[in-house]
Amino acid sequence: MNGPMVELRGVHKSFGALHVLRGVDLEVRKGEVLVLLGPSGSGKSTLLRTINHLEKVDRGSVRVDGRLLGYRQAGDRLHELPEREVLRQRTQIGFVFQAFNLFPHLTVRQNLTEAPLSAQRRPRAEVEPLAERLLTRVGLADKADAYPRTLSGGQQQRVAIARALALEPKLLLFDEPTSALDPELVGEVLDVIKDLARGGTTMIVVTHEIGFAREVADTVAFMDAGRVVEHGPPAQVLDDPLHERTRAFIGKVL
Amino acid sequence: MTLREVETPPPRQEEGRPPEVVTARHPLRWLGAAVVLVLLAMVVSALVTNPAWEWDVVRQYLFAPSVVRSVLLTLELTVLAIGLGFALGTVLALMRLSPNRLLSAVAWGYVWLFRSVPLILQLLFWYNLALLYPRLSVGVPFGPEFFDFGTMDLIGPLTAAVLGLALHQAAYAAEIVRGGLLSVDHGQREAAAALGLPPARRLFRIILPQAMRTIVPNAGNEIIGLVKGTSVVYIMALPELFYQVQVIYNRNGRVMALLLVAAVWYLVLTTALSIAQHYVERHYGRGRA
Ligand SMILES: Nc1ncnc2c1ncn2[C@@H]1O[C@H](COP(=O)(O)OP(=O)(O)OP(=O)(O)O)[C@@H](O)[C@H]1O
Ligand SMILES: [Mg+2]
Repeated sequence: MNGPMVELRGVHKSFGALHVLRGVDLEVRKGEVLVLLGPSGSGKSTLLRTINHLEKVDRGSVRVDGRLLGYRQAGDRLHELPEREVLRQRTQIGFVFQAFNLFPHLTVRQNLTEAPLSAQRRPRAEVEPLAERLLTRVGLADKADAYPRTLSGGQQQRVAIARALALEPKLLLFDEPTSALDPELVGEVLDVIKDLARGGTTMIVVTHEIGFAREVADTVAFMDAGRVVEHGPPAQVLDDPLHERTRAFIGKVL
Repeated sequence: MTLREVETPPPRQEEGRPPEVVTARHPLRWLGAAVVLVLLAMVVSALVTNPAWEWDVVRQYLFAPSVVRSVLLTLELTVLAIGLGFALGTVLALMRLSPNRLLSAVAWGYVWLFRSVPLILQLLFWYNLALLYPRLSVGVPFGPEFFDFGTMDLIGPLTAAVLGLALHQAAYAAEIVRGGLLSVDHGQREAAAALGLPPARRLFRIILPQAMRTIVPNAGNEIIGLVKGTSVVYIMALPELFYQVQVIYNRNGRVMALLLVAAVWYLVLTTALSIAQHYVERHYGRGRA
């Protein structure tokens, strides 16, 4: 398939009276790195969460690798898929949270192997070496038997990235992966993400790190009040934005 | 004034020896400890020297077969009531947290009812159920029946006691488990869902083990409370520990000695449970500072 990896069409989402997503259209090609910028409350997290169906959309469609997410289309109707099917779709999408959300009662190794073993039902003999490889890749091979609490924030986030990778997903979603980190730890996490980007992983990264966006993004999208208002190569969106809102925002973050 | 003058001179150290640390003294603390010690000695002396406690009688009855059997029955009641109580309590807690209004309301109603009615009343109620429904049957609800029992045969005093204790315990267990589940950070559920873990796995592998950190200390309280609480079933003439020592002292008049026998056994049981609780807490505390 040569279509886009992610395709959002007219996505709307409300929480009660709060209309958070107001018709989002977005496309991410395979192997592309999209950095999503926008002021607080503009709906970036909500948008990411609809992409792996942690949040249901009210209107519009979300497709990942050509497949409708969370629904089955019959005529002009969308039928919600059974939970088992949604869970299977989610294993193809890695999600990295701002607060890491590692499982504190499991060791680093168990954090990595849990989903491949119980969600993907892969054999342990295959999953354990995979976990070792991924930990080596994020530079934490010696921490396999440690508990998350004993690691620094930067190390925890690298474990969380390895945990998402353990599902061997087609797509990685990052929600402000470095916002909870002390400034001196941001670099080590961004390095891991850059390394993945070079390896051709498709990803959407919500971040306020403009330098990272400039260096790594193929495309930068700017969100405001529930819409993607600007979308293009980093040089254009960051240096020569079309919209006043984008200009004002970037002026503030830089 | 120059900066140099403001600086305090470095403390002089003789022959490079680090300064010795002298801990502050707390004379009042010592006085308090001494008073407590004297009081303790008086209590022990009063217990040991007064022949009215009849320690030899205590020794004689402590391991009497009837007493040991009654201890086992107390244990059996506790284990069954806690096991069934917490199993039902967990189901109730999950119902209560369910987005389904009916399930949630039913669970709330259960807890409300069973926490409101005194245990002793519930026990008598179950014991006397045969008066209300002389026959019970198993079959399709409101449809054909497959089996049919005399209520008396099915609900003897032991079953009535276990039922009463367990149903009562379930109401408290439900709240303890619910509190435990709510204490787990929401991000944990999100992460488990985002990884595609099946619902049962999310609950039993991710959420419950973390909830146990809050559940275990409260459950420990409940279990220890229940060990002693089983003594209320004496009203159903079940020969558990408390009932049994009453039977014996009504026969031989050694009231104090036999009450001591019961007290010693309750102490032994709760001590064992406290030790077990320590290890269970340590198990579920792993990975935490
Ligand atoms: N589950 C929810 N229930 C109710 N309101 C919500 C929920 N999730 C998000 N919101 C609201 O939706 C709006 C958008 O939230 P969202 O988290 O998507 O913003 P964001 O762009 O990620 O902001 P930030 O940069 O602060 O993370 C906010 O006003 C938020 O309060
Ligand atoms: Mg956000």
